[in-house]
Amino acid sequence: MKLNVAEIRKDFPILERETSAGVRLTYLDSTATSQKPLAVIQAMDDFYRMSNANIHRGVHTLAEESTAMYEEAREKIAKFINAESARQIIYTRNTTESINLVAYSWARANLKQGDLVILTEMEHHSNLVPWHMLQAERGIELEFIPVTEDGLLDLEAYKSLLDRRPKLASFTHMSNVLGTINPTAEIIRLAHEAGAIALVDGAQSVPHLTVDVQALDADFYAFSAHKMCGPTGIGALYGKAALLESMPPFLGGGDMIKEVKLRSFRPNTLPHKFEAGTPAIAEAVGFGAAVDYLTKMGMENIAAHEHEITDYALERLEEIPGVKLFGPSSDKKGGVAAFTLDGVHPHDVAQILDKDGIAVRAGHHCAQPLHEKFGIPATSRASFYLYNTKEEVDLLVNGIYKVKEMFG
Amino acid sequence: MDDLYREVIIEHYKNPAYRGKLDPHDISFADNNPLCGDHIQIDLRVDADGRVSDARFDGHGCAISQASADLLIESIIGKPLEEVKKLNKASVLELLGIDLGPVRLKCALLSLKVLKAGVYGLGEAGDDLVE
Repeated sequence: MKLNVAEIRKDFPILERETSAGVRLTYLDSTATSQKPLAVIQAMDDFYRMSNANIHRGVHTLAEESTAMYEEAREKIAKFINAESARQIIYTRNTTESINLVAYSWARANLKQGDLVILTEMEHHSNLVPWHMLQAERGIELEFIPVTEDGLLDLEAYKSLLDRRPKLASFTHMSNVLGTINPTAEIIRLAHEAGAIALVDGAQSVPHLTVDVQALDADFYAFSAHKMCGPTGIGALYGKAALLESMPPFLGGGDMIKEVKLRSFRPNTLPHKFEAGTPAIAEAVGFGAAVDYLTKMGMENIAAHEHEITDYALERLEEIPGVKLFGPSSDKKGGVAAFTLDGVHPHDVAQILDKDGIAVRAGHHCAQPLHEKFGIPATSRASFYLYNTKEEVDLLVNGIYKVKEMFG
Repeated sequence: MDDLYREVIIEHYKNPAYRGKLDPHDISFADNNPLCGDHIQIDLRVDADGRVSDARFDGHGCAISQASADLLIESIIGKPLEEVKKLNKASVLELLGIDLGPVRLKCALLSLKVLKAGVYGLGEAGDDLVE
């Protein structure tokens, strides 16, 4: 079904605002964070107005209600990515914390000096730095699946890395710069054949694609609410039950325990074992509302709409002399267009576009090694979501022509 | 906003007078702006009286960062190092002739941070150098 974008835009009050007098916002930065529909804003507002209490303790009405809402959201999230059960969904702050949870808990219990972890050259810093830190602490080894000129992972190189019997392959489902949608099921299958487990950074995929963690056979899958119409401050880690059960706790404190004595504790069962302290309760409720919203729109419809917009954007951007696009052709990528403009720094591009209310991101997008690979310090990046239109792409293109004029 | 790209800035960005390296030099230092990956290196020659006898900058970055580096280098040649040490945020904004928000301020101040870290012989160009 084709999305009714005009109607969808009414769900996002921020899209009505002006960035300066008479200049309407054109938001092309959803890859950094998406805007939030009224359904999410209201769910969180209702929670604070009506149900706010701490969870998993207290027997009063509000405590019961808030606990139920927090756990219902977990059920929705589990269903959204087709997890076997809600106990395999661990709430975290975001994708970064989800990856760190695996690095601190699973990896510190299972990896020793000399063990190999395979990453890729297109990773976000959140899937690089936790492993750098573990390398410094433990002496693990890191290898990287190379990125080809057209922005794809070199799977032949990956296969030869697998001969070295890695313990873990950790990689992004969809690149936040190139937009590349990686052959995730195949990468996981090959990892398993080599005896490794697989952690997937799903920060960009869960908001934009239908993700089925069981079909992918992912061991761990990390994602954030704020990129998928939900609030900031909450994300999730999916894990296979046997793995999560075998892992030591991550943070210690309240809620993650079954029993505490002065000198010892017994950890709680899943998922609470990994959720120490009062969590982001209202945000969990908002996360659930975001999942409801995306489900109502249909992930396949969202993906189809983004594909259409991205196709159009790449075509229009390519026409502009001096614009160089990065990443694969539109059939292999999500709604991201990273580009450079000859003679103008991406920061200046973004600043001049902002004058026309056009919000794009400029910089290395937390993927500095990838930019180094392509020999550029930074790119400008426009990204698209269910509320973006072709008219907005036209505004972007006109804006880039203005930049060119200014820098003549 | 149009002020942000005053002609003088675009001009210094496109045709910098002091881009390059000095070899030999008495002081050389380089650092990055982690936000956007802008990179600036500054080389100085200092004469017997402790004055900057020559200076160059090199690197890459946005118009604001490169133009402010060029303007900064222009302003310090012939000055005693003791005076260079006194330069701060206000001095750079005065050179640029514009006001900047917090994000772009980092672009504008990178060259001064690098310059002062070099002059003081520090390992890193910290924000405290330009307060």
